[in-house]
Amino acid sequence: MSTNVLLPGFREAPLDEDFEEFYINMGPQHPSTHGALRLVLRLDGEKIIEVVPHLGYIHRGMEKQAEKLNYIQYIMMSDRQDYLTAIQNNLGVCLALEKGTKIGVPERAEYIRVILAELSRIASHLVFYACFGGDLGGQTVLLYGFKEREMIHDIFEEVTGSRLTTNFFRPGGSNKDIPDTFVPRVKALLKHLESALSDYDRLLTKNIAAMDRSVGVGVLSKEDAIAYGCSGPVLRASGVSYDVRKNDPYSIYASLDFKVPVFYNGDCYDRYLIRFEEMYESIKIIKQCIDKIPSGPYRSKEKPIFKLPNGSFYAATETAKGLYGTYVVSTGGNSPYRIHTRSPSFGNLAALNTMAKGQRLSDLVTILATIDPVIPEIDR
Amino acid sequence: MILPSVTHPIGDFVRENVPNILGYLPEFIQPYIPSAEIATFININICMVAIAIIGIAPVPVLIYMERKVCAHIQCRLGPMRLGPHGVLQLVADIAKLLFKEVYAPIGADKFLFYLAPIFVLTAPFLNLCVIPFDKNLQVADLSVAIPFILAMNGFGILSTLLGGWASNNKYSLISSLRSGAQIISYEISFAMILLLVVMLAGSASLGEITASQSGHFWDWWIFKAPGLGILAFLMFLVSSTAELNRAPFDIAEAEQELTGGFHTEYNGMAFAMFYLAEYINLFTTSCIATVCFLGGYHAPTIGILAIDNILNYVPGIVWFLGKAFFVVWIYMMFRWTFVRPRVDQLMALEWKFLLPANLLLLILGVVFLAFGWILP
Repeated sequence: MSTNVLLPGFREAPLDEDFEEFYINMGPQHPSTHGALRLVLRLDGEKIIEVVPHLGYIHRGMEKQAEKLNYIQYIMMSDRQDYLTAIQNNLGVCLALEKGTKIGVPERAEYIRVILAELSRIASHLVFYACFGGDLGGQTVLLYGFKEREMIHDIFEEVTGSRLTTNFFRPGGSNKDIPDTFVPRVKALLKHLESALSDYDRLLTKNIAAMDRSVGVGVLSKEDAIAYGCSGPVLRASGVSYDVRKNDPYSIYASLDFKVPVFYNGDCYDRYLIRFEEMYESIKIIKQCIDKIPSGPYRSKEKPIFKLPNGSFYAATETAKGLYGTYVVSTGGNSPYRIHTRSPSFGNLAALNTMAKGQRLSDLVTILATIDPVIPEIDR
Repeated sequence: MILPSVTHPIGDFVRENVPNILGYLPEFIQPYIPSAEIATFININICMVAIAIIGIAPVPVLIYMERKVCAHIQCRLGPMRLGPHGVLQLVADIAKLLFKEVYAPIGADKFLFYLAPIFVLTAPFLNLCVIPFDKNLQVADLSVAIPFILAMNGFGILSTLLGGWASNNKYSLISSLRSGAQIISYEISFAMILLLVVMLAGSASLGEITASQSGHFWDWWIFKAPGLGILAFLMFLVSSTAELNRAPFDIAEAEQELTGGFHTEYNGMAFAMFYLAEYINLFTTSCIATVCFLGGYHAPTIGILAIDNILNYVPGIVWFLGKAFFVVWIYMMFRWTFVRPRVDQLMALEWKFLLPANLLLLILGVVFLAFGWILP
């Protein structure tokens, strides 16, 4: 096995020829690449010179398949993109379709949407917390994070019928109404979450070993973050205050009171902290909504066959990973001419090389964990 | 009883240091043993079998304990299905490993690849030979037991280096380089702390180190040198965790970074050997901690005659194993609560903090001895 050949995707020779460099293939089967992601590393000892992500190991041709499906069927596909925030993806697709059909959404449905979306954000960030701890070598943290996430999924199961791939929202509302037990269950969950989150905060945030591993590691400057098209927590940890919920509000976010946390160092520790802050903000949002769910219809008038007028429609939502955009081009039929998804993880992962250059192999794992990519969303 | 009559330096050494187990055999067997040389040979073999049993017997307990302790910390139940509270889970695991084929990857150095799992078990077994489990339950009371233990620990790293290098896997290679650097560094502070105990006890024989702690529980070295003992014990725990390659200092194994490190390419029983050695090492190191700091087989008597009599009635080996498993429990709690430091951070911890602190501790030990600040 000859190893000293410049592999495809790498740039030409490094500046200093003294060191002996070698390549390592990290993934697609690797414990900490979070799915079928393949990274080819160019290493000098343990120091990283270059990282090239190779994508496409879980490409399912979703956007092409969508051309044969009708619009309602495509909502199911969006579950399978970022499976950690399936609800928010559903919402993103529905918003784009609503722009086309000019369907109105009843107020009750808006509240249901916001509450479920924020619960989904907390669930996704808990998975981040768990994986971040796990990737640092703390197996206990890994299991703690998943504990509360399961409780959120229990609520999803009751409301939508499934835990992960919810397929719940429809243009003009949602698939079903929420059950009577929903409000008390969410309230009980919030009560539990607050104490659990402060426990987790104590477990990892000021942990000296975890801080050593993440402070000043994988720094992404403001300019680079913008240039690479980063969004979500990765962008905001680098000092750019951009959140679709605030800057381009959809649903009822404009009427809600919440902060957009921003950190300025752009290192792994800030990306960790920002997700913690966001979980607290999400709890705040749900608290504002949960008592005000109005009665009334949960969905506006249903149509058996759904058609979009000629033209193109775009809607962006802020998922837990960042800006999730859906661009629909219609020629008037009941299935799209073309659907394109702007997936947040793709932009965030693009900045990996900039963050990881010059760091150690162990740091790459930390950096990858704080990018929090979901590969099926990148590959689609 | 047959007394061996060979004159050979090794034979003499063995006769002096190895208790004559043949003496315990029934008399009707003894006439069938033709000569003294064979008697010595049988003697050593019986000792070896005994050590193998002593070494392997705690492993199922340790593995079960590890699973339950980590399950407790992580709010889960751990193994529960096979047998009451999952006690038979390990049997199933071993049965699975036994039936798997052991094969070497393409391009591997086959000889060294298969040699490594054999080597890995040697060092911990040899270490067990010098441990006094009870007053008369010791294979060899070497006068140089502490240097012997250090040498064996150094020997143990060989299998990691061999296994990592022979696997023809870059992750394994990085892992063995990491573990080489780590063990060389932490062996120094490991040795320094044992040196402190040797200095305080005045002997490098584990039997005499234990004897120097006889009396009440405050005569154990952890308490006998006030302050110094506890510091040394804590530093022993840290450096031995690194020496054992256990999480959080398992930078050589580092599942999240190196997919299992040096044993990535091993499967079946070859992998089980590494797994077994890890736990025998854990037990051996706990035994050393027990002997050096926690009074070995001595009962924790408190100076009240009525209670002391009851405590002394319990056999020494029960106290010894109790203390050893307490130390094991500390290692397990440590493992499941911390995150792993990076390689350079781990090295910095050793060279910039532990080593200077050890030297300071050694100087303090001299001061304690010179001024007689040791508890009577």
